[in-house]
Amino acid sequence: MESSSATLVTAAGNAVNEAPAQTGGVTKIRVERLGKSFIERRKRPRRAEDPGPGQEVKILDAIDLDIKEGEFIMLVGHSGCGKSTLLNCIAGFERPSSGRVLIDGVPVASPSPKRMFLFQENALFPWLTVAENIEMGIEAAAPEDRKPAEEYLQLVGLEKFGDYYPHQISGGMGRLAELARTLAMNPDVLFMDEPFAALDFMTRCLMREEMLNLMALMRKTILFITHDLDEAVQLADRIVILSDRPARIQRIFELPFPHPRDITAGDIGRIRKQAYLEMGVNPII
Amino acid sequence: MNRADAIPQPVSPVSLWQSLQHLLLSAPRSVRPIGAFAIVLAVWQGAAWLGLFSTQSFPSPLACVSGMREVILDGRLVDYSIASLFRVTVGWYLAVLVAIPLGLLLGWHPVLHDALNPFLQFLRPISPLAWIPVAMLWFGIGDRPAIFLIFLASFFPLAVATASAVTNIKKLYLRAATNIGLKGFRLIVRVVLPATLPSIIVSLRISAGIAWLVVVAAEMIAVKSGLGFLIIDSRNALRMDLVIVGMVAIGAIGIVLDKGIRRLETLPNMRWAIGKQ
Repeated sequence: MESSSATLVTAAGNAVNEAPAQTGGVTKIRVERLGKSFIERRKRPRRAEDPGPGQEVKILDAIDLDIKEGEFIMLVGHSGCGKSTLLNCIAGFERPSSGRVLIDGVPVASPSPKRMFLFQENALFPWLTVAENIEMGIEAAAPEDRKPAEEYLQLVGLEKFGDYYPHQISGGMGRLAELARTLAMNPDVLFMDEPFAALDFMTRCLMREEMLNLMALMRKTILFITHDLDEAVQLADRIVILSDRPARIQRIFELPFPHPRDITAGDIGRIRKQAYLEMGVNPII
Repeated sequence: MNRADAIPQPVSPVSLWQSLQHLLLSAPRSVRPIGAFAIVLAVWQGAAWLGLFSTQSFPSPLACVSGMREVILDGRLVDYSIASLFRVTVGWYLAVLVAIPLGLLLGWHPVLHDALNPFLQFLRPISPLAWIPVAMLWFGIGDRPAIFLIFLASFFPLAVATASAVTNIKKLYLRAATNIGLKGFRLIVRVVLPATLPSIIVSLRISAGIAWLVVVAAEMIAVKSGLGFLIIDSRNALRMDLVIVGMVAIGAIGIVLDKGIRRLETLPNMRWAIGKQ
């Protein structure tokens, strides 16, 4: 049953690629038959269904995905399904076992400052102040993109906290500061691996709003991993649901709706319900 | 407070103990070490007066104070302290200059690490004292063998700690740094060094302590100055009070050295690591 839904979705995905959507339709990232597997080295596999030591474990199984310039893609899947591996392969931090990733038509070989990664944990350098961290990003940007650090601090509303060290500010402010450092490098693509997962619920909701404001200002292509379906429905242009291991694309939801969105009403609400059900969760209990 | 407390009662041993406890706890914290120090001195002096041990083999505190007066007045205490500090400083600085770059290199370069780390680990547990014959053969007498021993004693802990600090940098920072596009020398200076600095400072503290420990042993051979020499020379002259004075001076200078390096740990861009240790 799983495989039949996967083929169905691949077909749907291709259909979407042929019909350019609202974002202009220039393909930014093309994932072609991307596969990843590794040889199990543990004496005792972590999961009952995994093969024994020395055997090949398949994580990603021939994933095809086209992402258009300026598109906001949410990757959703159960824990351990291979979302992070997929993102790492696309970003160039890991090498795929088969297939390839093209960004702007060029195969990805290594990470690049044009494509920034944000992790779940705060990756601000703790020995630098917030402003100095942002300066690091500015230095790495092309000379014509450089703007003073204050501008980026203002962008994320941290103008009073430039002289603070990362351990002196809250988790949410840390995320914003890191986002500012990332944006200072003026990347084309943002990869975000559960960037807000470590924050409390309220802060996470505020982060969604900040993200929307920032994205309205500077349109980037974004691949975003989340477990929070509400976050996905609120922000994404498309939600890509991955199956359990080996991960295939199980379903893609299109969300061609303008912001602000009420995620409980109308078509959006219906899609939200479907997405919950697709993940095996009943939204109405 | 209930009514029973209001009735005057004879002072029981329990309440005396309690009031003493209360007094101890309410006094400022700085009183605690001073108090303990005073108690040790008082017990020591009391035991000497009571004749519990022979003051020939172990002098009383008051005798030590008059001995200290003597070495301060004839200038030996200052001269010898400076001589010891000079050897420690030179040996330790040399070790810092060689060990930290080497540790960074070993921690950064997996091939070098695999090749040289076992060698370092093998040399590390050999006491610097075991090197004394070698030091004397190589460097003869004077400052140089002592400096060599201090260098050795501080070199291994520094190199090993720096290398392990580099291998233990949070991968997240390295990943962020590569993503920002830092490579090679810039990556080392901008990320690897600051990320390891807190651990390096801890190892600086430890190695300075070891260097100071070793200087005494080093000065027991082949030199005619220094606090270690004061101790060995006074023992030969059966001046046990001056032996104690030498020990006290070593302890006091050791504390001051440690305090000095500790101040580095409170620099603003170092504070992030304090909670982790």
